[in-house]
Amino acid sequence: MVNVNPQVIIQTINLNCFYGRMQALTNLNIEVYKNEILGIIGPANSGKTTFLRALNRLNYLNPTYSQKGAVIFDNQNADDIPDDMLRKRIGIIFALPQTLPTSIFQNVAYGPKVHGIKKKSELQGIVESALKKAYLWDEVKDRLDMPAPRLSGGQQQRLCIARTLAVEPEVILYDEPCSGLDPISTAKVEDAMGELKSDYTQILVTNNTKQAARVSDRTAFFLMGEMVEIGLTNTIFTTPQDKRTDDYVTGRFG
Amino acid sequence: MNFARVREKIAFILLGATMLIIVLPILLIIWYIVSNGAGAVTWEFITQPPRNGMKQGGIMPAIVGTIILITGTMAFSLPLGILSAIYLVEYAKDNFFTRLIKLSIVNLSGIPSIVYGLFGFTLFVVYCKFGASILAGALTLAIMSLPVIITATKEALEAVPQSFREISLSLGATKWQTIRNCVLPYAIPGILTGTVLSLSRAAGETAPILFTVAAFYLPRLPHSLFDQVMAMPYHLYVISTQVPNMPLKLSFATGFVLIMVVFLMNLVSIVLRAHFRKKKQW
Ligand SMILES: Nc1ncnc2c1ncn2[C@@H]1O[C@H](COP(=O)(O)OP(=O)(O)OP(=O)(O)O)[C@@H](O)[C@H]1O
Ligand SMILES: [Mg+2]
Repeated sequence: MVNVNPQVIIQTINLNCFYGRMQALTNLNIEVYKNEILGIIGPANSGKTTFLRALNRLNYLNPTYSQKGAVIFDNQNADDIPDDMLRKRIGIIFALPQTLPTSIFQNVAYGPKVHGIKKKSELQGIVESALKKAYLWDEVKDRLDMPAPRLSGGQQQRLCIARTLAVEPEVILYDEPCSGLDPISTAKVEDAMGELKSDYTQILVTNNTKQAARVSDRTAFFLMGEMVEIGLTNTIFTTPQDKRTDDYVTGRFG
Repeated sequence: MNFARVREKIAFILLGATMLIIVLPILLIIWYIVSNGAGAVTWEFITQPPRNGMKQGGIMPAIVGTIILITGTMAFSLPLGILSAIYLVEYAKDNFFTRLIKLSIVNLSGIPSIVYGLFGFTLFVVYCKFGASILAGALTLAIMSLPVIITATKEALEAVPQSFREISLSLGATKWQTIRNCVLPYAIPGILTGTVLSLSRAAGETAPILFTVAAFYLPRLPHSLFDQVMAMPYHLYVISTQVPNMPLKLSFATGFVLIMVVFLMNLVSIVLRAHFRKKKQW
């Protein structure tokens, strides 16, 4: 399942993240391989969200944020890539489904539009294929003009995935994408992630260790701003190196 | 006895009474002006210049003057106010300097209009040598309306959920694309409300135009931005205090027309707001 000779697409070198004086991530060195699903698990406040948002520089929307060290994306220092280009290539799905108060169609077409696609027919094609990849097309194909906020939570989350897919990123970051969803919607989102594996690199932050066990190829365990351990998902869940990892995945954690 | 129910009733009556206290004076003023002035508002009144020491004829030059002044004010204050608010909310770093500017803007809206009048006179009429002119008057009114326009726009922008910006930026939109597509459309109703409020006030002000543009009696229409014009608030002031034996109903009629102009402006803004709400595709 995992590439024998994995190609690194994202790498952080001694990454330290701060909100004001508060350090949220300490000396993080991590490599993300092309086309893998990397699971990130860890208790609340362990820096998982901070890590994801450091990769596409969304953390900088917070004026108190600063970071040291480097994020290397596709052999380039991420600091040298303009924010909009970087974010086009590294998409993100937020914890709560965040839709724009426009129609389903407009939500998905938004990205392609800001990247210069104007032809209605071309947009229609992109919207359709993105919705199909996100397993939502069949549920919404007859009501693309409906306001997106009227969809159910699970449908909205898949709409967010479709919206991200529509800009054709190389990496997709998921920040607890199923935290507000029921098991059936969760299964649908996980199915979508499985389908996307061949074309995208995906990083999945989750509070639900079982989910990481189900979908990710490799899993990393974060604790108090540090990465304790990273390895094949199977290894992390059966024979972890660190006792803290063992405690966490077996549910003995404080 | 159900105390909660009784309290609910008392609160309801109190709130209703407060409402009445606020609305009643407004209704009385409008009724007073309409009942005294509406009869004198004829076709001649709104299409003819004043004659015979302003005791006869109409107030057409003053109506036109006021409309020109509002348009001019809008031309300066709208772009300037909206752009500065966008800068303050979306771009400016939150530092001491920015906070100082925000505080100054709030304070500026509390300055009496006569001070703006004198400021405009010194700066535009004398220093810039525009003379008493439409340009000087509109600029003065624009500066007076800026604080309210900026504050209203700022609040409307801040009311747009941060998540809209995050969505747009996370899809690779630039900052300006984000503001243009995901912030401004949702702020427009609030911006409109504040702008029209501020322009309505400008339309009715006498002090700022007193030394900068308003003509006592000028029946012909202006030919350029450097001409003076008559304006309704000043005309009303003149005929109520400076002209002996002025028929009272002409003053009321002038007041009535002024209120109608302001009312029309509000109507336009209501229609525009409804239009933008619809475009939002809720
Ligand atoms: N905007 C912020 N301002 C200040 N501190 C923040 C901010 N966001 C996060 N932090 C702090 O940074 C640390 C890491 O937070 P982060 O959100 O990355 O954790 P997390 O692992 O995603 O937690 P959760 O599982 O609850 O989402 C926490 O101590 C948190 O309080
Ligand atoms: Mg988080």
